[in-house]
Amino acid sequence: MSAPEMSSSGTPADNGVNVQALLDARKALAEAPEAAKFQWRAQCEWLEGTQSRSTVEGFFGLGEEQKHKSVFTFDADHPEVFASEDRGATPVEIVLAALASCLTAGIASVAQLRNIQLRSVTATVEGGMDIQGILGMDSDVRNGFDGIKVTYTIDADATPDEIKAIVAQSQKRSAVFDALTNPTNVTVEVN
Amino acid sequence: MSRCLADRSIDHVVLERGEVANSWKNERWDSLRLLTPNWQSRLPGYGYEGDDPDGFRTMPETIDFIERYADVISAPVRTNTSVTSVRTVDGGYSVATTQGDWRCRTVVIASGACAIASVPAVAEGVPSSIKTFTPMDYRNPDQLEAGGVLVVGASASGTQIASEIHRSGRPVTLSLGEHIRVPRVYRDRDIEWWMDAAGVLDEFYTEVDNLDRVRNVPSLQLAGSDDRRTVDLNSLTDIGVKLIGRFAGINDGKAQFSGSLRNLCEMADLKMNRLLDLIDEWETENPCDGGASPPHRFEPTRVEESPPLGMDLNSGEIQTIVWATGFRPDHSWLDVAVFDRKGRLRHDGGVVEAAGIYLMGIPFLRRRKSSLIDGAADDARDLSDHLAAYLDGAATER
Repeated sequence: MSAPEMSSSGTPADNGVNVQALLDARKALAEAPEAAKFQWRAQCEWLEGTQSRSTVEGFFGLGEEQKHKSVFTFDADHPEVFASEDRGATPVEIVLAALASCLTAGIASVAQLRNIQLRSVTATVEGGMDIQGILGMDSDVRNGFDGIKVTYTIDADATPDEIKAIVAQSQKRSAVFDALTNPTNVTVEVN
Repeated sequence: MSRCLADRSIDHVVLERGEVANSWKNERWDSLRLLTPNWQSRLPGYGYEGDDPDGFRTMPETIDFIERYADVISAPVRTNTSVTSVRTVDGGYSVATTQGDWRCRTVVIASGACAIASVPAVAEGVPSSIKTFTPMDYRNPDQLEAGGVLVVGASASGTQIASEIHRSGRPVTLSLGEHIRVPRVYRDRDIEWWMDAAGVLDEFYTEVDNLDRVRNVPSLQLAGSDDRRTVDLNSLTDIGVKLIGRFAGINDGKAQFSGSLRNLCEMADLKMNRLLDLIDEWETENPCDGGASPPHRFEPTRVEESPPLGMDLNSGEIQTIVWATGFRPDHSWLDVAVFDRKGRLRHDGGVVEAAGIYLMGIPFLRRRKSSLIDGAADDARDLSDHLAAYLDGAATER
């Protein structure tokens, strides 16, 4: 993370992010890198047709099992144009939302660190996909996205270049951005 | 450092594994020139005295410059002397070399930051049919087969090598990660002139927020040439070099490249603009003699709509890979417990954690210019102060 700068108005920015805690965590983890090893988890249960329900409750980090304050659930399904029941967003839409959320959290954190007051931040995410891939119709067409575009509209107490720099830095440190732009080993086993 | 020690009458010897200016003689490619202008290499009591101060030294000229300096200061150099180990002993250190052993109270490590070419682990998966080079063993395009070349890394070495190889008729694809873009010339003056004048190069290591990060920043995309051309990514795209993202992996002979290319190019553009903003602000407060043309900004880095994410390394499209992926020092002979968990030397601005050991010549050792020949003078003065005080047994105020 880069050095804090003065906000244009001179008053400290408050985007609601506790960056001091993050900076303290970096210092502490430098001494105890094993504590930095986290494992995120989700459970998923098939309901019916293409509908399933995912539950997020516990994760591992800082050397021990952790639990969220509450249990989070979200359903996924396929839309009617896929001859399905549309009881939830598609998994790929959830991925796009995850990307936007990850980048947005990063923007708030970087802005806080740089003492820049955000007023509003909205993102539109678009992921192109040729469904001949998932339908197995053409082996030259991949299953996944052929490209993803995120468009931010940001109102903040900063110059356009400062805002661009915050958004650029957010990508540099984003977990979901990395997961989508770089290869990841995925193992699927059956009990 | 030798000159500074001699000025203080501190008895010392300079051990060199080869000849004076060894790395410049043996580990650089043929067309390489310094990317700093001639006037900018200022060693203690010695500088450029030719008639082309704004030019860029070739390798033979650089070698000559260093050899003559060694001569002029009568540096006590022992050539063809490789250090095999340095160990702590009573009263100081024991230095074992291929030409006999030495005992000393202090040691100055000046073996440079570029002893070993860093090649990423992904290189292990490259098919054996592809020839590979690093900037240490690359000399000129004639070493390479005809055919496509993948250059990995877009710092000074990568961009220069990519340009040269592509111009030789071998199509180059440049895989790039983080990089630092700067123009060669801005508002009529060399970028190094601006950075020197505006104090950017004198930025002190204690003033930096994340020292670890800045010490690992890639070298600027700069080259020395008579036409002062800029070697940024747009200049490479203009001659037909293809850009792709960071080399992320190899799966079954298929190279995978990161989809974050656009972000990296934008970050480099933003960073360049922040430097130019700083220069413009400084110039407003310190108007140049003879004026300067008006501030302006450069064209953003052009990135194609959908850069390729993969490449089949078994297709024959790529005959050679040049890993221009950085360097690291070789401190393997240092048998003293002063390394961190990642194997890096622990030091404070060149004062190594073990008493009496000093480090010279690594990026941002003490100042932003520490990696330049020009940075050696100030660093040597500071560290020889500390060393002299240590030998006197006195406390030192920095």
